Amino acid sequence: MKKWLIPVIIIAVIVMGFYKWGVGFNNSAVRLNENVGEAWGNVQTSYQRRNDLIGNLVKTVQGAADFERSTLTDVIEARAKATSTTINPENITPEQLKQFNEAQGGLSSALSRLLVSVERYPDLKANQNFLKLQDELTSTENTIQTARVRYNETIKPYNNHVKTFPNSILAGLFNFDAKPYFDAEAGAEKPVDVEFDFNKK
Amino acid sequence: MQKLKNTWLFLCYCIIFCFSQFATAQFDIPAKPESKESQTSVYDYINLLSPTEKSALETKLIKYSDTTSTQIVVAIIATTKGENIGLLAPKWAQKWGVGQAKEDNGVFILLAKDDRKIWISPGYGVESQLTAGVVGEITRNVIIPEFKTGSFYSGLDKGSDAIFQLLMGEYQGTRQANKTNDFPAEKIIFMIFIFIIFVIAISKNNRGGGGGGNGNNRRPTSILDAIILSNMGRGSYGGGFGSSSGGGSFGGGGGFGGGFGGGGFSGGGAGGSW
Repeated sequence: MKKWLIPVIIIAVIVMGFYKWGVGFNNSAVRLNENVGEAWGNVQTSYQRRNDLIGNLVKTVQGAADFERSTLTDVIEARAKATSTTINPENITPEQLKQFNEAQGGLSSALSRLLVSVERYPDLKANQNFLKLQDELTSTENTIQTARVRYNETIKPYNNHVKTFPNSILAGLFNFDAKPYFDAEAGAEKPVDVEFDFNKK
Repeated sequence: MQKLKNTWLFLCYCIIFCFSQFATAQFDIPAKPESKESQTSVYDYINLLSPTEKSALETKLIKYSDTTSTQIVVAIIATTKGENIGLLAPKWAQKWGVGQAKEDNGVFILLAKDDRKIWISPGYGVESQLTAGVVGEITRNVIIPEFKTGSFYSGLDKGSDAIFQLLMGEYQGTRQANKTNDFPAEKIIFMIFIFIIFVIAISKNNRGGGGGGNGNNRRPTSILDAIILSNMGRGSYGGGFGSSSGGGSFGGGGGFGGGFGGGGFSGGGAGGSW
C-alpha cells in the first residue's frame, strides 16, 4: 500500500463530490430557467395579441364619425411605444422589465381612456363588431394577468434555487442571476381620469 | 388569575384573527374533487337548479364528454367575493385541470348568482373555436336573455348547445370516427399478438421435442423469448385499455369517464352580466 494513495483518493472523492454538486446545480438551474423562458414567452404572446387587437379596435373606432382624435392618437402612440419595447428572456434585468412594464402600462391606461370615451357613442356601443372586439380585449387582458402571475410563479423556484446559500456561490460562477418579479402594472393603481371635453375633436 | 387573563387575551386574539380573515375575504377555490366518480360536470354549490334540471344538464354534458372527450364543467356559486370573475374562472379551471391534458379541451362556465355574472373560459385547445368574441356573443344573445327572465336552467342548457355547435365544426366528426374505428383495431392487434405467442410457443415445444438443440439454435430462441415477453406485456396493457374504455359508458349520473384530465387554461374567456 503506497502512502500517497490515501490522500489522492480522498481528494478524488472530494473533487467528484464538487463536480456532482456543480452539475446538479447547473442542470436544475437550466431547467428552471427554461420554465421561466416559457412563461415569459406566454406573457409576450398575450401582450402581442393585445397589440394586434388594439390595431383592429382603432380601425373600428376610427370608422365612427367624429371620434375624438386626441384619444385615438394617444392609443396609437402608446401602442407604437409598447411594440418597440421587447425583452430577451435569457437575461431579464429589473430595469428592462420596468421599462417593459411602463410601456405596456401606458398602453393600458390609454386604452382604458379610449374605452371610457366610447361610452359617449351609442352607435359604436351597439356595433356587434365593436362588442366582439371588446370581449376579445377583456379576454386578452385576463390572459395577460394570468400569464404574469404564472411568470412570477416560475421565477420563485428559480430564484430560490439560485439565491440560497451554498448554491449562490455556484450561481455567481455560472452566471445565473436572480430574475425580477412583475410588479403591478404601472398606472394600474390609478383610476382612469376622464375629461368630458366635448369641444375637443 | 393571571392565567385566566391570558386565556381571555388569547380568545380575543383568536376572534380578531378570525374577523381579519373575513375582512380580507377572497374567494377560495374549492379543492378538486378527489375521487374520479365525484368529478362531474355540474357543481351547484347554492342549489340554484332543481335536482331534475341539474341531473339533466349533468347527463347531457357527460354524454358530450364521452363522445368528444371535451369536458364542459358548470360551477354555480353565490358570489366571487369581489374577485374578478374573468380571472377566477380560468384559475379555478386550471386548478381542477378540466379537459384532457394533451388536448387541453376543457370549458369552464362559472355562474355567480348574486353578482349576476357569468363567465365562460375555454382551455388552450378550444380557444381557436371558442374565441372570446364568439363566446361573448353567445352570452349576450343566448344565455343572458334567459337569465333575465329568471330561467337559469334554460340559459345554461341553450348556452351549452351553442357551445356544442361551435365545437362541432372541427371536433365531433373526426373524434367520433376515430373512436369507433380505433377500438376494434386495438382488439384485433391484441388477438394477433396472442396468436403469434401461441404459434411460437407451439413451435418452440416442437423444436424441443426434436432434440439436439445446439448453441446456435438456442440463441435465437432466447431473443425470441425476450420479444415474446415484451410483447406479452404490451399486449395485456392494450387489452386492459380496450376493455376499460369499452365498458366506460356512463349512462347517467356518475362522473366524467376518466375524471378531469389536467387540461390547461390561458386565462382568456368571455362573459357578461344581467
